[in-house]
Amino acid sequence: MSLLKINDLKIYYPIRGGFFRTVVDNVRAVDGISFELQPGETYGLVGESGCGKTTTGRAIIGLNHVTSGEVLFEGNDLAKLSRGERRKYTKDIQMIFQDPYSSLNARKNVLNIIAEPLRNFERLSPKEELVRVQELVARVGLSPESIYKYPHQFSGGQRQRIGIARALALKPKLIIADEPVSALDVSVQAQVLNFMQEIQEDFGLTYLFISHDLGIIQHMCDRIGIMYRGRFVEEGSASEIYTNPQHVYTKRLIAAIPEMDPEKRFEKMHLRQAINQEYKNDYNNYFDKDGRMFDLKKISETHSVAMQ
Amino acid sequence: MKNPVLEINDLRTSFNIKGNYYAAVDGVSLTVHENEVVAVVGESGCGKSALANSIMGLHNLKNTKLEGQINFGNQNLLELSLAKLNKIRGKDIAMIFQDPMTALNPLATIGRQIEEPMDYHLKLSATEKKNRTLELLRRVGIKNEQRVYDQYPHELSGGMRQRVVIAVALSCDPVLLLADEPTTALDVTIQAQIMDLMKELQNQMKTGIILITHDLGVVAEMADRVVVMYAGEVVEIADVKDLFENPLHPYTRSLLNSIPSNLEAKEKLHVIDGIVPSLQNLDRTGCRFAPRIAWIPEEDHEERPEMHEAEPNHFVRCSCYKTFYFPEDRVGEIDYVTTKN
Repeated sequence: MSLLKINDLKIYYPIRGGFFRTVVDNVRAVDGISFELQPGETYGLVGESGCGKTTTGRAIIGLNHVTSGEVLFEGNDLAKLSRGERRKYTKDIQMIFQDPYSSLNARKNVLNIIAEPLRNFERLSPKEELVRVQELVARVGLSPESIYKYPHQFSGGQRQRIGIARALALKPKLIIADEPVSALDVSVQAQVLNFMQEIQEDFGLTYLFISHDLGIIQHMCDRIGIMYRGRFVEEGSASEIYTNPQHVYTKRLIAAIPEMDPEKRFEKMHLRQAINQEYKNDYNNYFDKDGRMFDLKKISETHSVAMQ
Repeated sequence: MKNPVLEINDLRTSFNIKGNYYAAVDGVSLTVHENEVVAVVGESGCGKSALANSIMGLHNLKNTKLEGQINFGNQNLLELSLAKLNKIRGKDIAMIFQDPMTALNPLATIGRQIEEPMDYHLKLSATEKKNRTLELLRRVGIKNEQRVYDQYPHELSGGMRQRVVIAVALSCDPVLLLADEPTTALDVTIQAQIMDLMKELQNQMKTGIILITHDLGVVAEMADRVVVMYAGEVVEIADVKDLFENPLHPYTRSLLNSIPSNLEAKEKLHVIDGIVPSLQNLDRTGCRFAPRIAWIPEEDHEERPEMHEAEPNHFVRCSCYKTFYFPEDRVGEIDYVTTKN
């Protein structure tokens, strides 16, 4: 059974206007997406800003309301549960946030930051709690005395590891990582990414990895879903997406990755121009008359594309 | 040989921290020729932006000390009076800022903002100014320039705003452009568009560009020459092809190895130990990168690291590059040695 199954998820924000502020239209932030996460895999959600990838992640963990559709976590539909009932499952889903500078409370020390989820869900004596936090701090490679320090005393990479320790505190099954490294320097990025792979093996974690950086997604993910304007454009294994992209939008994204070989830079520039041309010419093959993407269609066992 | 536009000689920019001056840019020398893109790369805290702000004279002189020379044309920018400097910056030297959201004035129309530098530097009539502005907007790839002229920044998307920022920088035909992380705040697809646009404009206008970035992908796509900075010093200068084919300095090699797209998926990325030291904690004797490659024996470093021309036109600081290796490449070998003993 899949760990997480998203079924036709829709998240709309109403636009109000006119007399009595009635709902005149909706912003379709997420417009009918479906995907599945198998235990132990890393699923990448890619797209430009505004495509709905973060909204999806936040809806799974319960930070956004769901307009319609199902969020099945181990077979239980989280979207239909009340807050109290959700609590049983929210423990198993944790989040790593994008910005380590704003996602840690500046007025709490590391002990209180990491212990917060423990205090919410487990009844531990202060001593037990301290032991647990010390274990976590050691696991993420920070020195034992750092638990009495405050976030501003750490570098960006260390802060992100405090955030990871907090996410690991309740031994979750699924971690939603929303752009976990985009606020970090390249060398620190590498450190955090390696570390995420290590703890994935140790704790048997499943990741939903949200990012706009295709290089990092390729490095981390087993399967990838590409989002555009609230819908899925293409889904497949990492190698299928990178070596055999079908949708013109996917091609455009992949062509936008900077070329690391300086000799090929003009080739790449021409490739991008060619793809932009294709985008204009074949628009009708990829979008219907309302500018909406078609539904996903399977082209192989694992690879599907939104085409007519 | 092309003409040099800007020559920086032994520039030292120091900031006052609690009464003492600490150099953030420590003896940097570099030359930018016309029609050349020089990229300055490094982690945050390496002094890249301090260097750019020194060239533009954007530091607060109350707590900043600038030494050395920044020769532009036949004048040293550091010795010019403010009035004379103001005649140059914005006109001959222009800057593209990182974040288009904050670089533009939210209260002025796009047209007004592009015309502002022209008011200072060029004597044009109102219609000439407007025509020039519309022409600039077209050149940076904005199609409905008449409409955008009267719009405000919040009405434009991030990519469009960055195009406007570029138009502002180009408004008085600069000979030197300073681009401080011009694509960092943008989406990947928009980043590709802006990079292509800058390459195109550079080909037309033959300006010299100093491109400050931490993204080696952007460097590979844009630069002609690359300057790698670490802890305020230049550690390597090379043509872009040489740098990517044959990086020498341990810092450059570590940076290149820590990018995911360079490796097969799921392989471990290289991690540079430690962090860039802060200005106060920086040890200014010996090789500054040594603490982060502690497995390289001390005698492989120079006592006072100098720049060497390792290959024609390829300069590298300190001698540690000769024996440098990545420990993960030699795991097997070290095991072998220890078991034998």
